[in-house]
Amino acid sequence: MALSGIEIFKYLPRTNCGKCGVPTCLAFAMSLAAGKAELSACPFVTAESKAKLEEASAPPIRPITISTGNKTLKVGGETVLFRHEKRFENPPGLAITISDTMPEAEIDRRLKALKFYTYNRVGATLRPELVALKYESGNPETYASLASRAKAETDAGIILLCKAVDGIVAAANACSERKPVLCAITESNLDLLAPIAVDYKLPVVARSESLDGLAELTDRLVKLGIKDIILDSGARNIKSALADQVALRRLALLKKFRLLGYPTIAFPGEMTDNPLKEALIASIMVAKYAGIIVLSDFRGETLFPLLVARMNLFSDPQRPQATAEGIYEINGPDENSPVAITCNFSLTYFIVSGEIENTRMPAHLLIKDTEGLSVMTAWAAGKFGADNIGGFVKKSGIADRIKHRKIIIPGYIAQESGGLEEQLPGWEIMVGPREAAHLLSYLKSNWK
Amino acid sequence: MAVDIPRINYSGSIRSISLGDRQQVMVGGEQRYSFYGFEGSSPNPPRIAMEVYDEAPLDWPEAAQAPFAGEMNDPVAWARKCVEVYGAEMICLQLQSTDPNGTNRDADAAARVVSQVAHSIDVPLIVWGTANHEKDTEVLRAVAEAVQDRRLVLGPVEKGDYKKIAAAAMAYKHTVIASSPIDINLAKQLNILMANLGVNPNEMIMDPTVSSIGYGIEYAYSVMERIRMAALTQQDEKLQFPLICNIARETWKSKEAKIAESEDPRLGDAEKRGITLEAMSATLLLLAGADILVMRHPEAIRLVKDMIDDLS
Ligand code: B12
Ligand code: SF4
Repeated sequence: MALSGIEIFKYLPRTNCGKCGVPTCLAFAMSLAAGKAELSACPFVTAESKAKLEEASAPPIRPITISTGNKTLKVGGETVLFRHEKRFENPPGLAITISDTMPEAEIDRRLKALKFYTYNRVGATLRPELVALKYESGNPETYASLASRAKAETDAGIILLCKAVDGIVAAANACSERKPVLCAITESNLDLLAPIAVDYKLPVVARSESLDGLAELTDRLVKLGIKDIILDSGARNIKSALADQVALRRLALLKKFRLLGYPTIAFPGEMTDNPLKEALIASIMVAKYAGIIVLSDFRGETLFPLLVARMNLFSDPQRPQATAEGIYEINGPDENSPVAITCNFSLTYFIVSGEIENTRMPAHLLIKDTEGLSVMTAWAAGKFGADNIGGFVKKSGIADRIKHRKIIIPGYIAQESGGLEEQLPGWEIMVGPREAAHLLSYLKSNWK
Repeated sequence: MAVDIPRINYSGSIRSISLGDRQQVMVGGEQRYSFYGFEGSSPNPPRIAMEVYDEAPLDWPEAAQAPFAGEMNDPVAWARKCVEVYGAEMICLQLQSTDPNGTNRDADAAARVVSQVAHSIDVPLIVWGTANHEKDTEVLRAVAEAVQDRRLVLGPVEKGDYKKIAAAAMAYKHTVIASSPIDINLAKQLNILMANLGVNPNEMIMDPTVSSIGYGIEYAYSVMERIRMAALTQQDEKLQFPLICNIARETWKSKEAKIAESEDPRLGDAEKRGITLEAMSATLLLLAGADILVMRHPEAIRLVKDMIDDLS
């Protein structure tokens, strides 16, 4: 659990030398507690204090870093059961399964799928980040060549779905820099596989059919020096998988049960043959606590909804995403181009600006500060009505950039058009469509 | 090593409420969070109401229209198809035509259509207005009076129009949908107002207002979780009502439910994408506490029912 500033203070040198950038040790302790500073900024903490601090402040669910080609993927590190209590921290990694017995063309498609399915939404890049390689050929060389292709041809983190020693060694060798996740260590193969994980410094999945067994397993792994552990309770139907996920999250957070304080892995692809149902199961695992989700395949029609759902649930409930107020030029507008106005909720801004870009028509888009609220929400909260829109348009300076005096407002605030005409004498208030997606046809028939 | 799993102490439960008359459907009754069967029971599984519109929708993507292509101009035939062909457990008739910003059909005409639909099906009928206070007051009151011999479910009944609509519903023994904009305090406040007005708590369900994946579902998700938490673990009686989520229209109006695969191959098959968006939005709302989902596509409904079975 996070320590308070006072608790941290006890471990600091208390000399108030100021080297850390703040004047006193207490102030530094407070910044640490608030997550605004790094312990390494104080050059004088003793190694012993440092170890104690780390031990005492270790998060209840260990954050684990999985190497990918460029940046790393962090999973675990969660601190709440419900997102409204604070927020969910690290979105679960999504993996595509590739078997070493698949035909060449299929392997190729799946490797390419990692990059192909990259989406930009609301200013964020959404994409899956893992491949799960399945050892089915029985031939270590075949498996190793798949692993080396995965390393060379993707920037994905790699999971080795393999319990055979020869397969693991061959594949781990082939992609050792990528630090693949060894999946899975069970009670029966621990003695054989754990040394490989230690040698290559690999994160491991610990799998047991019971939570008791799982705790025993992690205990043994930790004693062998393996700290990066991911839990698999073995559940392969959604009902028991959900029960296990909840149990594990509660044990870690409510009981501070260290032996099970690790991220989890889920296998929706092994719970159904129907790809759509698999996506629904995966969405439950996103909401209910999985750290890694292994899917049988990626298809746009199911992966896209899943990625967006993941982004939604892992957004910070305390902070609506907002865009800066101002005049945004889209497609190079001039003094005759249309002017449209909307609010500064990021989601709205990105949807509307995206739609205007799609029309390929140049336009000025006015963004009014509505404290990150959407059109109707801002309207209902009194932040996007005739009065304040009128005032904003006047001071925005848009009048100097255009020759006409026409402004398009969102269809959902049509009722404000009369009031706006009074606020903006000489302006023509045009009521746009309700959905930004209809802007193209609207502009075509209404903008002369 | 015996691991002792922490359990939640549930001190409250959700009311079990019966909807409809000829074929009654019980909803609510949970004594634990949704699908947490490992620590409590729930007498009634979540239910799905199929949507029917009182005028042919113009902006539905092909995939959503296909299952009802021949019935979209005839709400009676549409509702019957939902029941007879797709096995609908309930029908939700959306009174789109009464929207003052649209066709603006008058209250009597709307009531006639409701009556025809009500008398051609046996499953519970939910009637959903346009959330325009003045118009809903006229329309839903006319509906309540016109269909006295069936027990309808009427909504949305909001703070701005509850007095007259709820009074009419009470007079003719219909069930009320108390609707508030995604805020636990507003929801509670409205439920208190309803109780003060004399609405029988066994004749009411709640609509927290929802949105779909990509359009703010996280807000609805968290508000519903909070409502359930207050109801089940803090004995907040004023929030112990079944939750209805009118999710289909939120899903299918989104751009991503409409784009053709040819326009952006990364989005995959348009029909399956629409179905997934609807079913996945529904699934997340179920997790957050939904008792009734208003849904559209038969395949999305089949998938969600399957999930409910697997999780129950
Ligand atoms: C999520 C949400 C919230 C979130 C806020 C999210 C946010 N950052 O804005 C929270 C929970 C905080 C919230 C609060 C409130 N909300 Co609210 N909320 C919603 C909800 C569910 C979704 C809104 C959303 O995000 N939409 C997505 C964005 C992208 O939509 P948009 O901005 O409208 O943009 C679209 C169009 O308008 C159009 N468009 C946008 N700009 C432009 C510009 C032009 C030129 C054109 C042509 C088109 C166009 O294109 C976009 C996409 O198609 C809606 C209900 C719903 N399902 O829509 C209610 C809703 C908007 N909320 C409502 C209300 C009443 C409130 C509150 C006042 C209630 C309260 N608690 O007091 C508060 C106000 C906030 C405050 N601080 O006081 C009402 C408004 C009713 C009304 N019209 O009068 C709604 C409609 C719910 C309802 N049916 O009652 N809300
Ligand atoms: S650098 Fe260390 S010793 Fe110096 S003030 Fe900061 S915390 Fe205290």
